[in-house]
Amino acid sequence: MVILYYMKRYEQFPHTADIGVRAFGKDIREIFENAAFAMFDIAADLEGLKCDIEERFELAADNSEELLVAWLDELLYRFYTKHIILSRFEITELTDKVLKAKAFGREIGSNRNRLKTEIKAATYSDLAIKKSEGGYLVEIIFDV
Amino acid sequence: MTIWNGPLEKIDEFRWCIPRTDGVIYANEHMVADIRNDKAAEQVANVAMLPGIVGNSLAMPDIHWGYGFPIGGVAATDVDAGGVVSPGGVGFDINCGVRLMRTRLTEDEVKPKLRELVYCLYNDIPAGVGSKGDIKISEKEERKLLVEGAKWVVEHGYGRREDIEYTEENGAIKGADPGSVSSRAYERGKSQSGTLGSGNHFIEVQVVDDIYDQATAEVFGVSKGQVVLMIHSGSRGLGYQVCDEYSKDMIGCLAKYNIEVPDRQLACAPVNSPEGKAYIGAMKCAANYAWANRQCLMHLARGAFEKVFSKGEYDLGLDLIYDVAHNIAKIEKYSIGGKERTLCVHRKGATRAFPPGHPELPAKYQKTGQPVIIPGDMGRNSYLLAGTKKAEETFYSTCHGAGRMMSRSEAVKRARGRSISGELEKKGIIVKSTGRETLAEEMPDAYKDVNEVVGVVMGAGISNKVCRMRPLGAIKG
Repeated sequence: MVILYYMKRYEQFPHTADIGVRAFGKDIREIFENAAFAMFDIAADLEGLKCDIEERFELAADNSEELLVAWLDELLYRFYTKHIILSRFEITELTDKVLKAKAFGREIGSNRNRLKTEIKAATYSDLAIKKSEGGYLVEIIFDV
Repeated sequence: MTIWNGPLEKIDEFRWCIPRTDGVIYANEHMVADIRNDKAAEQVANVAMLPGIVGNSLAMPDIHWGYGFPIGGVAATDVDAGGVVSPGGVGFDINCGVRLMRTRLTEDEVKPKLRELVYCLYNDIPAGVGSKGDIKISEKEERKLLVEGAKWVVEHGYGRREDIEYTEENGAIKGADPGSVSSRAYERGKSQSGTLGSGNHFIEVQVVDDIYDQATAEVFGVSKGQVVLMIHSGSRGLGYQVCDEYSKDMIGCLAKYNIEVPDRQLACAPVNSPEGKAYIGAMKCAANYAWANRQCLMHLARGAFEKVFSKGEYDLGLDLIYDVAHNIAKIEKYSIGGKERTLCVHRKGATRAFPPGHPELPAKYQKTGQPVIIPGDMGRNSYLLAGTKKAEETFYSTCHGAGRMMSRSEAVKRARGRSISGELEKKGIIVKSTGRETLAEEMPDAYKDVNEVVGVVMGAGISNKVCRMRPLGAIKG
């Protein structure tokens, strides 16, 4: 018998001016993937988006939290400069200081109607990766 | 949601202090209840711990929860006494700000053509996520734009010379250093000059519906029934990237300069350190980019008025009243305890409000004080205020808008099943927006009442009311 665990990937928590995201994962790797998914899910309508572009990432930072912000900001940078909506994320290597990943998406081109919210950046405000029941969670505030 | 459980002690009708810290919040009794509902007060207390801070960590009545600094936060640090500059005290949207342009048109003249005007603005002004502007220039030219700001775009045909005179810093703050701006920031800002952006950025057609100070209104060139245009936008991707990169760099400065802050987003460096200087050089570039951007937007809006009313911009009297930043750090001189000191004044969601006679004001506004432009929400009012001498206590700063009260997700939830544009249209306000959820996120109920916010700054004496505007139509990103 196969047991399918369903874990919510993220939820929004109320923040007066910006957007607060609580991302979940069974491990840190999944936190990174789900936080990235949350960001693009807020920025654009990802439903049924066909991915035909692959982007690769290699990033370094001083600790996990700073690495997470670096990852999210790098994704935003590619989104705004290469005009690609990314919707699938795969962390291939992760330590406290180094990340290697792939992300898959599609050019904005004729998908402009999918765009929803302009996210300016991921912030460090009150950022902390925490252990939770059944895994990890992180709360991030995005400036919009 | 985390709330502020600490005490807030009443100083007087319009001022509240956070005991045992040097935090002061401008608010009335009624607003204090909302202020307790999020972490903004804690952020005011955190800012009071910045090295070299002079006087109090202040918050204007439109205060709300931000990142690092609260929105509505003002803090001045002493440049010559180890005072710091913090990118989080300026925000991602460096030189987000507002400009107000008058017209010779009355509400009666505009009403029959209002829909056409709003649609024309909507068609001609690039807005929304991923929009591109019509200025496409090389990196070399872009570097010139970052130094010359609004002047560069005026010289390239986007406006007139006198627009510059009525822009803070003449649209180009001195000391901008393009060398401190990374190529990634250039890349992100490229093709976005002359775009509105999204979120709370807007262009709004308004009518002056009440005058409080006739003499000053005459100098500002506004009278009851007159139509004006307000533009709210900032430095787009270039500013966001500058803030992003320097916030990261300055985390490293905390250990280097032995600085302790309670929130990483308050990362900072001494103004006189190499890192502080580099950030300020880059921040000034982003500020100039924003002034250039609002200048482009106004030029495009003038074109829309010309098309719709079949008259030239001079016949229509499309003159700039003023343009002022509300997300910026400025080096300004103040007399403190009888000694002149050079301060780095952070205004994050706070508007500079210079008093009458200030040397940096244009000759026309020497007697009145600086025009202070306060946008409200799309359904209620906006204001034009004037700076006062009393505002020396806030380092010549005042509120910057209504201030959000409700999160965006909460606003979207409450707007479900409602047509926000339909509700506004019943009030005679025509709104067009590119974003699917922008109208819901920005609905009037999500904001504090700007009338109350302005009542506090007026009551506290840090600005004077000149006139009030009411919205007729708007385009949003």
